[in-house]
Amino acid sequence: MFQVRIHGRGGQGVVTGAEMLSVAAFLEGKHAQAFPSFGSERMGAPVVSYCRIDDREIRLREPILVPDALIIQDPTLLNSVDVFQGLPDSGYILINSARGFAELGLGEYITRFQASRVCCIGATDMALRHVGRPVPNAALLGGFAAITGLIKLESVNEAILETFPGKVGAGNVAAAAAAFDAVKAH
Amino acid sequence: MPNETVQPIKFYQTGTLTVGNRLLDPEKRTVQASGERTNAITSGHRACQGCGEALGARYALDAAMRATGNRVVAVNATGCLEVFTTPYPETAWQLPWLHSLFGNAAAVASGVAAAMRAKGRPEVRVIAQGGDGGTTDIGFGCLSGMFERNDDVLYICYDNEAYMNTGVQRSSATPPAARTATTPAVGDKPGNVFGTGKNLPLIAMAHGIPYVATASVADLRDLEAKVQKAMTIRGARYIHVFVPCPLGWGSASQDTIKLARLAIESGLFPVFEAEYGEVVRSRAIRRKVPVEDYLKPQRRFAHLFKAGKPDVDRIARLQAVADANIKRFNLLRPDGDA
Amino acid sequence: MLKQIEGSQAMAEAIGLCRPEVICAYPITPQTHIVEGLGAMVKDGRLKGCEYLNVESEFAALSVAIGSSAAGARTYTATASQGLLFMLEAVYNASGLGLPIVMTLGNRAIGAPINIWNDHSDAMAARDAGWIMLFAESNQEAVDLHIQAFRLAEELSVPVMVCVDGFILTHAVERLDIPSQEQVDAFLPPFEPVQVLDPADPISIGAMVGPEAFTEVRYLAHHKQMTALDRIPELAADFAAAFGREAGGLLKSYRLDDAETVVLAMGSVMGTIKDVIDDMRADGARIGGVSLCSFRPFPIGPVREALQNAKRVVVVEKDLAVGLGGVVAANVRMAMRVFDVPVCTVIAGLGGRSIPKTSLRRTFEAAARNELEGLHFLDLNWDVVNRELERAGEKRRSGPVAENILKDLGLIMHKVM
Ligand SMILES: Cc1ncc(C[n+]2csc(CCOP(=O)(O)OP(=O)(O)O)c2C)c(N)n1
Ligand code: SF4
Ligand SMILES: [Mg+2]
Repeated sequence: MFQVRIHGRGGQGVVTGAEMLSVAAFLEGKHAQAFPSFGSERMGAPVVSYCRIDDREIRLREPILVPDALIIQDPTLLNSVDVFQGLPDSGYILINSARGFAELGLGEYITRFQASRVCCIGATDMALRHVGRPVPNAALLGGFAAITGLIKLESVNEAILETFPGKVGAGNVAAAAAAFDAVKAH
Repeated sequence: MPNETVQPIKFYQTGTLTVGNRLLDPEKRTVQASGERTNAITSGHRACQGCGEALGARYALDAAMRATGNRVVAVNATGCLEVFTTPYPETAWQLPWLHSLFGNAAAVASGVAAAMRAKGRPEVRVIAQGGDGGTTDIGFGCLSGMFERNDDVLYICYDNEAYMNTGVQRSSATPPAARTATTPAVGDKPGNVFGTGKNLPLIAMAHGIPYVATASVADLRDLEAKVQKAMTIRGARYIHVFVPCPLGWGSASQDTIKLARLAIESGLFPVFEAEYGEVVRSRAIRRKVPVEDYLKPQRRFAHLFKAGKPDVDRIARLQAVADANIKRFNLLRPDGDA
Repeated sequence: MLKQIEGSQAMAEAIGLCRPEVICAYPITPQTHIVEGLGAMVKDGRLKGCEYLNVESEFAALSVAIGSSAAGARTYTATASQGLLFMLEAVYNASGLGLPIVMTLGNRAIGAPINIWNDHSDAMAARDAGWIMLFAESNQEAVDLHIQAFRLAEELSVPVMVCVDGFILTHAVERLDIPSQEQVDAFLPPFEPVQVLDPADPISIGAMVGPEAFTEVRYLAHHKQMTALDRIPELAADFAAAFGREAGGLLKSYRLDDAETVVLAMGSVMGTIKDVIDDMRADGARIGGVSLCSFRPFPIGPVREALQNAKRVVVVEKDLAVGLGGVVAANVRMAMRVFDVPVCTVIAGLGGRSIPKTSLRRTFEAAARNELEGLHFLDLNWDVVNRELERAGEKRRSGPVAENILKDLGLIMHKVM
C-alpha cells in the first residue's frame, strides 16, 4: 500500500487533489481511497487530505499517520503545522514552492531523504499560467507522477479531465504536464 | 363574507341569531338541510355538547368533500378534534384521515400532497387541521414552512383559544385576561397577561400565500363558502375558524353559536379574506355590541365581573382591542359587507 | 459499473436506482452530499417521477416522509446527529405507524460540545425507536444496503435506518460497484403498501390506542423485528445471488476459527480491525472478528453462536452510555449471558477521534493477556482529564469543561490529526 498525505489550505483544492489522485490510480486498475481531514475548515485554514493506493481492497480507515509521500500545497504551513509527522526517511516530499528547500529553511532537514525523492516546484505559477487561477492541486499531481513513478501522467490527465471538463480541465492538464517536466528536469 | 352570499335585503333576525334557511333561495341554503349532504364526520364522536370545534370541522370538511367530489385526505394534529373523532374501534371520519403528531400536521400534509403529485393523482386534495395550540405554537414551524413553499395544502385552524385537550392551558391564541389552567384567575392581574399572543391569520398573510381567511361557527354558510373557495385554489391556503369551547371557556353548551356571533359583533374576532397578502373582503359588524356582552357569559372571564367591583380597567383594555380590530379591518361600515 | 466515486454520491445513485417517489431532507453535515446528489438528480431529470422537498427542519423532513409514505409513495430521507434528535418524535411515530421509510443516518456525534465528526451516539439515541438499523462496514456495503433496505422496509412495513459512518464513509472516494437499473428493478418490486390514504377506500390511521390494545400493538412491532431476523439474511442471500457480492445480513464473522479473542464492532472501524486481526494472526495470535450489521433487530442467537468459542470478547464501539458504558457491549452481554466469558467494552472514536491500528492492537493484546479492564477508553488523554479534574477541585467557578480543555490543548502545536 502506498499512502499519500496532502497538506494545504482551504480553497487550494486539497481534497480534490487527493480525489483526482485516487481516480488516476483507479484508472490504472488499482484500489484507491481518498478522504479529507473531515474538518469544518474555512477558506485559508490548514487542511489535510489523504490518498491510499493498493493492489487489493483497502479496508483501513485510520488517517495516514505514516505517509509514503507528502504533497505540500502551501509552504506557509511549514511554520504552523507539523507536516512531516510520521514521514520515514524513505518518503517522498513534493513542495509547491518556486524557492528551494534551503530558502524554505529545510536545507538541513531534507538531507536525510533520497535526493531524487524530494522536490520543490512552483505549481501555483504553473496553474496561474495555464489555468489562470492559483489552484496548484492538478499541477502537483503531475509532479507527483514524475517524482514517484507510481502513476502515469496520462492517468493523472484523465482524472483531471473527469473532474474538470472543458477549458479548465485542459489548462490543468497543461499545468500537470509542466510540473511533470519540471520534476523530471530537476 | 363572499359576495354570492350577500343577502338581498338588510336582514337581521333577532332572538334566534340565525338566518333561517327557508328564507333563502334554494341554491343559497346551507346543505345541512339536504339529505344528500356529504358527511366528513359522522355522529358517534365524543366531543362535549356544544363543541364549536366539532361543528366547525364537520362543516369545513363537508364543504371540502363536496368541492372535490370526495377526493380529500385529512391530516390531523393531536388535540381535541383528533381525540374525540377517533375513539377506536369507532372513527367518525368518512374520508382518509391521518394523525401523526401534535406539531407536524402541516408537514405531513405536504408529504401527502407530494405523494399525490408523484403518483399522478393531483386531483386528490389535502387538508391539514389542528387546534390553535397545534397551529400557532408547536406546529408553527412546520406551518410556516408549508406556507413558504406554497405547498398545495389547505390548513384549517380551529381556534378555541387554549390547549383544551390537555385541560385548558394557555396558548399563544389565548386572549388577554382569560383564565386558563396556566393563567389562573389569582393575584392582582388574574388571567392571561395583556400584550402577548400572535395573530396567525396576519402572519399567514405575510407569507404571501394565495388565500387566507377567518371564519366562525357563527356563520357556517360563510365557513363553507370559504372552504369551497379555498379548494378551487392551488397552493398554500389558511382558514382560521373561531370555535367556542364550552368546557374550556366555562360557557353554556347552547351558547356556542351565540358567543361566536358576539365575538364577531364586538369586534374581537374580525372575519375577513385575504389574497396574496392583501385583505380583499371583510364582514361588517351589523350591530356593534360592547365586549362585556361577549365576556360575561364565560366563566374564564368571570374575575372581570366580580360582584361589586368589576375590573373596569381591563374590560376597557379588551374593548380597546376590539376597537382596534374594528378600525384596522374597517368593520363598522354603513354599507354592510364589503 | 465500477466507479471511483465518493461514498455519498454512490449512495445517492443507489437510492436513485430504487426509484423513490418522495425525498425530503434537511441539511446536516455529514449527510449533505447524499441529499444534494439526489436533489440534483431530481432537478436535472435523471430521477423521474420523484418529488424533492426542501423543508425547514428535520422534524418537518421526517413528517413529510410520514405523510408521503402513508399516501403510498416510496419515501426516502437522510439525517445525522442533532438532526436525528430534532426529529426524534417523528422517528418513533414513523415506526409506530409502520411506515416503510428508508433513512440514511450519516453517523455523527451529538453535542454539547458541538462536534461534526463521526461516532455512533446519534444512532444509539434512537436505538429503541422501532426502526430496523443496519450498519454499513464499507461504502460498497452502504450502496448495497440501501437497495436491500427499501425491499426489507416495504415487505415488513417498517422503517429502516441505514447507518453510515460520517466522513469516514460519506466523504471517502473509493472504487465502488454501482448496480444497473435493470438489476435493481429486478430485485426491488414496486411499493405495495399495506395501508394507504386513498379517497376511494377511506381509512383512519393514527387513532389513540388505550391500555386495552397498546401492549399488543407494541408486541406486533417487536414481532415484525423478529421476522426481520429471518428476512435480513434471506434478503442478503438474494442480493448476493442477484448482484454477485455479499452485503448485509445480520452479522459477518472474520477469521473466527480457533479464535480465542473475538472483537465485535459495527461500521467502518471493522475494516481497520480486520487489518489488525491479519497482522496479529501473522504473528500467531488467535484472534478473530464479528462485524455486526443489524443492530436492530439485535441478533441475539447469531451473536451467541458466533462468539460461543471465544475465551474473551472485545466490543469496540463508537458511543458511550454515560453512567453505564457501552451500549453495544451491553447488548452483546445479553447474548453471552449463558457463557462465562468476559465481554470488555472499548469506547473508541468518539467525536471523530481516529482509531489507529497501533492503539487497537495494543488493546487487543492486553485483552488476550486478560489485562483489559471491563470498560476501556481508547487513547484517552489522562493528562487532560486529570488537569481538568484538578481545576474543578481547586475552585467552584472552574468554568466550562470543554473550553478549559481546548485551552490546555491549544498550547500544543497543531498536529496532523
Ligand atoms: C410534543 C407534544 N407536546 C405536548 C403534547 C400534549 N398535547 C396534546 S394535545 C395538546 C393541546 C392541544 O391544544 P390545541 O392545539 O389548541 O387543540 P385543542 O385540543 O384545543 O383543540 C397538548 C398540549 C403532545 N401531544 N405532544
Ligand atoms: S374540550 Fe372544548 S374543544 Fe374539546 S371537545 Fe370539549 S368543547 Fe370541544
Ligand atoms: Mg385549542
